[in-house]
This record gives sequence, structure tokens and C-alpha cells, in this order.
Amino acid sequence: MTEWSLDILLVIALLVTATSVLWSRDLFRGVVFFIAFGLLMALAWVRLRAPDVALAEAAIGAGLTGVLLLDAARHLSNDESQGEDGKEKKP
Amino acid sequence: MTRVLAILTVTAVCFAFLSGLVYSIWQIGATTTPVDLPALLAGNLDDSGVENPVTAVLLNFRSYDTLLEIGVLVIAGIAGISVAKTSSLEDPELRTSDELLYALQRWLVPLTLLLAGYLLWAGSDRPGGAFQAGAVLAASGVLMRLGGIPMDFLRPGLMLRLGLSLGFSVFLLVAVASALSGSRFLAYPPEMARTLIVAIETVLTLSIAMVLLALFVSAPINNAEEPEEGGS
Repeated sequence: MTEWSLDILLVIALLVTATSVLWSRDLFRGVVFFIAFGLLMALAWVRLRAPDVALAEAAIGAGLTGVLLLDAARHLSNDESQGEDGKEKKP
Repeated sequence: MTRVLAILTVTAVCFAFLSGLVYSIWQIGATTTPVDLPALLAGNLDDSGVENPVTAVLLNFRSYDTLLEIGVLVIAGIAGISVAKTSSLEDPELRTSDELLYALQRWLVPLTLLLAGYLLWAGSDRPGGAFQAGAVLAASGVLMRLGGIPMDFLRPGLMLRLGLSLGFSVFLLVAVASALSGSRFLAYPPEMARTLIVAIETVLTLSIAMVLLALFVSAPINNAEEPEEGGS
């Protein structure tokens, strides 16, 4: 019974984080939700008794992709702010 | 006019590809015979040289797929490096020099290096393996890069090229050697299977870590100030 409720909670959390990734207007928020989604997905793989996939998901899906996306989001927001008011900073 | 022709051609090619794909899926669906894969795997596990069924599939029974996979990764890494502004790779200036990060990484980097080694070693008889170990190794590299440790080997040069291509070339070399010595492409001799798998996994780990790290490092460095978190 507890396992069932754990699984249902996991599924709900996955759905919530996935929709948050898709619907968040703020890139940084979206990336943070994506990392949370990746970690929850790793838990789901563990529950499905696929520890190899869980390890890969946690390391690549949540970790490295998260880092790359954070980096990209920062550059994108930097470009935006430079386009708006960055001209006086840099002649 | 040429534009319309080009669009038509591309549409035709896409349509042909799509119908070919649908047809092949249809064929697979029609002719499939139920195969008990877990039982098949369990029956042949002794011949594979490793005890972990996932590693046995990835690096022995279906090693062709893994060979292609590492090829794709290397190509992606090269593409990532080549679209990067070269200045970011050559730039000796480091991204951040956060004191907290610096203190943290002195604890974390040795641990992650150890973890990567463990994952690689564990891959032969329990969950783990080259991809996981490579990702963890790359993560420790990212930490070092963020914490301001210079990593000269990531600059364009011999080391980078060697590191990127090492896994794929060694894998291919083993495959070709086994083909030349009489057995089939990528069929390891049974008595050497374990040694070969561990050796391939080791070089794969290095290459995967190199590709992922190169992708991270070759991202452009912005001269703009740090934006506020989440600011857009």
C-alpha cells in the first residue's frame, strides 16, 4: 500500500514538474524544474527496477544537461539585457 | 521558382523517408515472433564475459549499437566545439572564482573522481558502466572548471583530439581486429571478452567525459556581468 502511494505521488510529481517545465515563461525557472524532473525520473527508473538507466538519468539527464541548460539560459538572458540596456555598458 | 522547387523536393524526400519508416515499422509489427529476451539473455550471460546483463547487452551482444552511439557522441562534441567561438576555448580567463565553490570542490572533486572509477569498475557485475562513469567524470570536470582550475588539455590541440577520438578508435580497432582474425565484426574471442570489455569501457569513459566536458567548456563566455538569478 505504501509502495502504491509512493508511486502515485511520484507520478503526480513527474506530471507537475513536466508541465511546469513546459509552461514556465522564465527560462531559469524552466531549467530548475527540468532538473527536478530529471531527478524524479531517476527515482521512477529505480522504482521500475532499472538502476542502470536511473544512474544514467541522474548523471546525464539531471546533472550535465541541467548544467548546460543553465549556462545557455544565462547567456540568453545576458543577450537580452544587452539588447535592451547593454549599449551604455559597452560602447 | 527555385524556392518552390526546393520546398517540393524537400517535402517529397521527407515524405519518402516517412513512408519508408512507416512501412518498416509495419513490417516489424507484422512479422514479429515473441522472443523471451530475458531468458535468452540469462542463458547466454556466461559467454559474455561479464555478470551484469545490461553491460553484457551493451558491450557484447549489441556492441554495434554502442559503437555507433559513441560515434554520434564524438560527432556531437566536434560540432559543439566547432560552433563555439574559439576565444572561449583559448581564453585563459576562468569563468568564476567563487570562494565557496572553490572550498566545496576541494571536497567534492576527489569524491566524484572516486565515484567515477567505482562506477566504471562496478559496471561488469552490477549497475554502472562507461556512460555513467563518463558522465560523473565530466561532472567533476565541470566543477573544476567552474571553480577556476585551469585545464589545459581542453584547449584545441593534440590532447583534445586524442581524448575525443580515443574511445571510438579503440572500439573500432577491437572490432576490426576481431573481424580480421577470423571471427565476425565485433565478436570478441570468448577467453578475452572480459579484458576487452573492461578496456573498451575504460577508454569509452575517458572519451565520453571528454565530449561532455568539451561541450560545456566550449560554450561562449559572456563578458557581461552576472545577471540576477532568474532575471530575464
